[in-house]
Amino acid sequence: MELIYHIWSWYISGFIIGLIMLSLIYFGKHFGMSSNLRTLCSLAGAGKKIAFFNFDWKSQRWNLAVVAGAMLGGFVATHYLSDPSNVSINPKTIAQLQTMNIDAPQGKLMPDALFSNAVFESPKAIMILIIGGILIGFGSRYAGGCTSGHAISGLSNLQLPSLIAVIGFFIGGLIMAHFILPLIV
Amino acid sequence: MRITPAFRQITITYKNNKYLNMKLVKFILVGFIFGIVLTKSEAVSWYRIYEMFQFQSFHMYGIIMVAVLTGIIGIQIIKKYNLKDYSGTPIHIADKEPSTVRYLLGGVIFGLGWALVGSCPGPIFILIGAGFTTVILVLVGALLGTFLYGVLKDKLPH
Repeated sequence: MELIYHIWSWYISGFIIGLIMLSLIYFGKHFGMSSNLRTLCSLAGAGKKIAFFNFDWKSQRWNLAVVAGAMLGGFVATHYLSDPSNVSINPKTIAQLQTMNIDAPQGKLMPDALFSNAVFESPKAIMILIIGGILIGFGSRYAGGCTSGHAISGLSNLQLPSLIAVIGFFIGGLIMAHFILPLIV
Repeated sequence: MRITPAFRQITITYKNNKYLNMKLVKFILVGFIFGIVLTKSEAVSWYRIYEMFQFQSFHMYGIIMVAVLTGIIGIQIIKKYNLKDYSGTPIHIADKEPSTVRYLLGGVIFGLGWALVGSCPGPIFILIGAGFTTVILVLVGALLGTFLYGVLKDKLPH
């Protein structure tokens, strides 16, 4: 049972994620999570004003079903398959986070400093999460995909554009993690 | 195995019910496994993303490498044997449109957000399902960002 409650190894997890992508291909679809954001905009009526959202969102129902399943999976995994040994990151990383006043994991998936409900009382913390979201939403649509669409699906199909996008992901990520994050948190 | 008329009736009702579309069940199941794997591998964790960008753990790189390797082998097999999907249609995987600007610029913008809030689109949904209420703010932002792209699309270099 420890095998299930402890962190899953990178080779088993990576292998299953690869199979998930292949199974969606077998079902006549493709693996890509950020397209759901576009679908949700269309569902909310954005297509009336803007052509980019004017498409039949019902054709994307299958992907919304993947999202619903993923949410359920997240619920089951955190509430029934977790234990306090989880998220044991590098002690060096913990020490580094401490200098930015970000709490150590101690079994938690997310730091309280950025994600606890106290965030709702801090305009600055609210802005950090919303701006992060805007960058993710804007960037993934501009690049035509996110980690699932480019890093997993695209690289698996040996697509040069996906390699360029993934290099972009890491340039942006490294700039944020090393230079911007320490200034704003 | 004998199927009773009542059971047959239920099956037909399910098949014809447009609100409970049975075709979607397999996608819910795939998503369910996706949600569990991403949570249990801790790829949804802000900490793991931060640690990855600090090069202080191999874990996330290992996940991405094995996933891509599995995908490459699978897709090569699909192409070599011209495999068909579950409905009998030959599998065709569309190539991405060639360009550099949009992938690089879009990628950098995405990366900035990824490292800031530690989640990409999949994990945003998974974490909300797991009960992290504050991640709804990230989702609101992501929808705003997607909308903004739709508005500015024609003015951006692609």
